[in-house]
Amino acid sequence: MFVAFFLVPLARLFAIGGTGALGWSAYAAVFTESRYLSSLASTVALAAATTVATLAISGVAGVFLVRNRFRGREVLTALLTLPLAFPGVVIGFMVIMLAGRQGLVPDLTDALFGERVVFAYSMAGLFVGYLYFSIPRTILTVMAAAEKLDPRIEEAARSLGAGPLRVVRDVIVPALTPALLAAGAICFATAMGAFGTAFTLATKINVLPMVIYTEFTLAANVAMAAALSFVLGAITWAVLAVARTAAGNTVAAAG
Amino acid sequence: MSRARRSPSFWALLAFTLAVCAFLVVPVVLSMLAGVTLNYFVGWRGGLTLDWVAKVWTDYRHTILLSIQIALACLACTLVIGVPAAYVLARSRSGLARAIEELLVMPVAIPGLATALALIVTFGGWGDLRKSWVFILIGHVLFTLPFMVRSVLAVLASIDLRTLEEGARSLGASFAQRFFGIVLPNCRSGIVAGSLMVVTLSLGEFNMTLLLHTPLTPTLPVGLADAYASLRIEVGSAYTLVFFVILIPLLVAMQWASRPRDPSSTTR
Repeated sequence: MFVAFFLVPLARLFAIGGTGALGWSAYAAVFTESRYLSSLASTVALAAATTVATLAISGVAGVFLVRNRFRGREVLTALLTLPLAFPGVVIGFMVIMLAGRQGLVPDLTDALFGERVVFAYSMAGLFVGYLYFSIPRTILTVMAAAEKLDPRIEEAARSLGAGPLRVVRDVIVPALTPALLAAGAICFATAMGAFGTAFTLATKINVLPMVIYTEFTLAANVAMAAALSFVLGAITWAVLAVARTAAGNTVAAAG
Repeated sequence: MSRARRSPSFWALLAFTLAVCAFLVVPVVLSMLAGVTLNYFVGWRGGLTLDWVAKVWTDYRHTILLSIQIALACLACTLVIGVPAAYVLARSRSGLARAIEELLVMPVAIPGLATALALIVTFGGWGDLRKSWVFILIGHVLFTLPFMVRSVLAVLASIDLRTLEEGARSLGASFAQRFFGIVLPNCRSGIVAGSLMVVTLSLGEFNMTLLLHTPLTPTLPVGLADAYASLRIEVGSAYTLVFFVILIPLLVAMQWASRPRDPSSTTR
């Protein structure tokens, strides 16, 4: 059943990629034609930037939430993980709410500097959107891993004279590395394939999923779209596989 | 441990965490407010109204109902396929089972766009399937099945299924009795968590659905994208508001369902 509905279609997809005007060289064109290569490069760069920023933000907030007990902590955690399953289109709209033409950030910059800074409909907006949907997931993973850390090791490091930065660098970060790798891989994979956010923000953003969509619907170039999505899928899957090996099979599936 | 002293770094980190939280929550509140304001450009002081919500209900009701229909059908499919699959995977220790487990994660790892294209090039020509909502359902089941299987599998792995089943068998229980009387009740928490996840994901699925749907079968997120692109911000917001009203209770229930599995957060 699963084979019929998933593996066979994937194989077909691969085969279709080779049936267009370019034949099998469609796969080569993904890497040689500057239009596709540049969108592939910007997609990878954006996904990587999102991953790094998300890990930094969620790492700090996640460890903080685990290590400290204060009133309202439960509510804060709940709010931070609430957007976990918001779809991409809705997140795109959230970005418009924040930084769109009638958004909050332009209103603020207008009040402060007399200039409306609108960045929702560009790569920056997409970056903010990807952060928005990656943070909740990553915080959950970081928190689960930080719960298992033994605070006594940090105490020991501190009593041996390590400063707070050193404790973070030499004790907390290494201990969290598997979880960060796992969460980072998921984060990267979703940012590679996410499409709804870009679709809502602007159709001109040059990321691979948008290119695939345009090839398929506007140019009706099914073969090229198939080749591109196969490459996209292969890269994403490979990144996840590498991370899973590196992290020792702790990568939890989270879409 | 940390209650005794509150260092400056505590407040700095708290402020940071609150800022992250605001980043996530403020747009949600803004859009919900915008959905009930008379004119967003004037602001909420201009007056509140439910007209936009009513407009969404008349114009987009079919997308909302279709999404709910697909989500429930998807839940039924993942329950019927996913729970027995998880059971088999939990019982079997063979390499084949591990390989299947690995394969099951693939629809999550591979972008929805690619999966959707693959489905279209393979099944697009099959009679009326392409025009039917079942086509979207197939995509959703592929995408959500791993979540159900993993969720149930996680619970099954933590209990000693073999001993429980052996005890029941020695008392004369048949396979059906064991499956329904022992296995299912024991993995109830996993099934509940998995079900909530499946329904939530199916309701919000867009990447695949955009390619799989036809003008006759638009789902809620597809309608949302359409509204964002072509209508005024109040309508888009009201539509989002309706979506949140359906989605947020599910998300809250999901958090509630996953809480008991995490005892360390309450005991320490």
